Amino acid sequence: MLSYILRRLLLVPWVLLGLTFVIFGFLQLLGPNQRLSTYVRDPAQLKQGTEVLRQLAHKYGLDDPIWVQYGRWLNNVLHGNLGYSESANMPVDRAILRFLPASTELALYAILPMIMGSIWLGTISAVHHNDPIDHATRVMALTGWSFPTFVFGLLVLMLLYKWFPAGRLSIWADRIVNSPEFIRYTGMNTFDAILNGNWAVFLDAIRHMVLPVITLSYVSWALILRVMRSSMLETLRQDYITTARAKGLPEQVVIKKHARRNAMLPVVTLAGLTVAGLINGVVIVETIFNYHGLGLFAVRAAQQLDFAAILGFAMFNGLLLVVTNLVIDILYAYLDPRVKLQ
Amino acid sequence: MYNKAETETHGKLFSLVMWFVLIPVRIYRSKILRKLLKNPISVAGFALVIFFAVIAILAPVLAPPARPSRPYQIPRSGYSAIPKPPSPEHPFGTTEGQYDIYYGIIWGTRTAFYVGLVVVGAAAGIGIIIGSFSAYYGGLIDEIVMRITDIFMSFPFLVAAMVLTTILGKGLDKVIVALIVFGWMSYARVIRSEILSIRELAYVESARAIGANDARIVLRHVLPNAIYPILVQASMDIGSMVLTAAALSFLGVGAEPGYADWGQMISFARNWILGGQGNPLQYWYTVIYPGAAILFFCLGWNLLGDALRDVLDPRMRGRKA
Repeated sequence: MLSYILRRLLLVPWVLLGLTFVIFGFLQLLGPNQRLSTYVRDPAQLKQGTEVLRQLAHKYGLDDPIWVQYGRWLNNVLHGNLGYSESANMPVDRAILRFLPASTELALYAILPMIMGSIWLGTISAVHHNDPIDHATRVMALTGWSFPTFVFGLLVLMLLYKWFPAGRLSIWADRIVNSPEFIRYTGMNTFDAILNGNWAVFLDAIRHMVLPVITLSYVSWALILRVMRSSMLETLRQDYITTARAKGLPEQVVIKKHARRNAMLPVVTLAGLTVAGLINGVVIVETIFNYHGLGLFAVRAAQQLDFAAILGFAMFNGLLLVVTNLVIDILYAYLDPRVKLQ
Repeated sequence: MYNKAETETHGKLFSLVMWFVLIPVRIYRSKILRKLLKNPISVAGFALVIFFAVIAILAPVLAPPARPSRPYQIPRSGYSAIPKPPSPEHPFGTTEGQYDIYYGIIWGTRTAFYVGLVVVGAAAGIGIIIGSFSAYYGGLIDEIVMRITDIFMSFPFLVAAMVLTTILGKGLDKVIVALIVFGWMSYARVIRSEILSIRELAYVESARAIGANDARIVLRHVLPNAIYPILVQASMDIGSMVLTAAALSFLGVGAEPGYADWGQMISFARNWILGGQGNPLQYWYTVIYPGAAILFFCLGWNLLGDALRDVLDPRMRGRKA
């Protein structure tokens, strides 16, 4: 087990290094002036003559050989210096930290209904293999898989916005949250409201999160459901299930304790995909519901050609996914001892 | 004189040509089509894909372009922002900026096919080349290539495509490039693992025993047998690639304004989703028509891919459906 974890850990620096190569490569695709804009705070400076630009380029070392530039850039990145975001009007690393809690809150609430719902439906679908309920679930999953998040989100917003408004908080609640008496422990509205004992704000925050959470959890449930169903079908055919039935266990126990627990293993491997799907989903969902989080920050940066911000965002998400995959691989090796033997 | 080099080139060329002939023949012989047509789900998928294909082909008839030199530019009648409901002149109404929704959907079908086929074709091609290269040489090269695919896979797909499109600039061609750059990895992985398992099989060994060279073995014996999972992946991918391209247009980093593209039509609808005074559904047509087009297009390809996998996956064969 330890050697497996070590081997897996040793790979991480290489992937991260590759990640920086890709991002730095992206940076090289930009024209010299655009690249300069990721360093310069004052846009007026960029509009001056070529001589000033050349001086600026020299100042930031953009005329150095490429490996020197890469070294300097990497050094900056390692110190958390990702450049200055014009669209958010603050350094990129600060902007990411500021918008992260809102997106995390959204993702946290979306994960639970997504995983529980799809595992439950996947089990039912497999147990009632080829019954109408199985066909219905399959068609639902396939339709869900094909339903664009942004269309789904817009539709629910169109139908339900009267009861569940867009945005993160109502104006009155926003005022309370930003007042000095309200202490922001986590930056996540619902948790902060509980910690501050303000139930009105809590309810308001929940009301604003219902639609985004429904839309977001719906993004990946079709995928998990399908994997769960086929894995469950596979498991139900195993000998130990026959044994469990033969020794007279009630069918519910066989399904819930013997089959489902083992069938859930492949779902764990999906966690990486699920997290990636959540990140993608957050970008779209926050845009639709005008929910001020990391995704909306990135979309606005992209629309305003704020290159420092979107490259920082890409870097952050890459890092997040690498760490998630590492944790999942280790978790999987712990859950399924067969993996380590390979 | 016997010219060895020349015969070898001819041999390779022959294999390459044979590859394009062999795969359709194999697909035909394996009775996949017949099996697919027995399954109601795949028939529905087929029907949807063919329906959209017909629309795409007949686009100039169904919605004659006002300016034949630029058929993908949606005609607009006026510049008022407020959408107008369906009328005899505009069967699906007009969206923000008076762009005709019907026209946008008809010509958007062509855009969807174009994006889907080009992206998946290129991504699969690149993936197959890289994957077979990696599996064939093995060892250190294989390790390096697989780590590179890991790196490309460690970006969330939509985010990566969004970032690259932003950097390359606006436009559908940029979207296509971005989707290809981050779309080839799954093909490389699939073909690699297929090749690794196939090359241990007896018929590959027999081919080697009778003196077939490596290129011949890979092109004529290994790849044609490894191609099925690629086909499944490709048909599932066409839907999701079109979906991602539409999402990029929706987020405002995709096609240029006014270009016939479903995602863009939905981004036009965004400001009108809350409807007018007391009637939230007032502008329903701005989102329903383009939304339905995307949904059914993707559904068609996904149903097809799903059925294809059931038919092609050897582990699923011989089971009662």
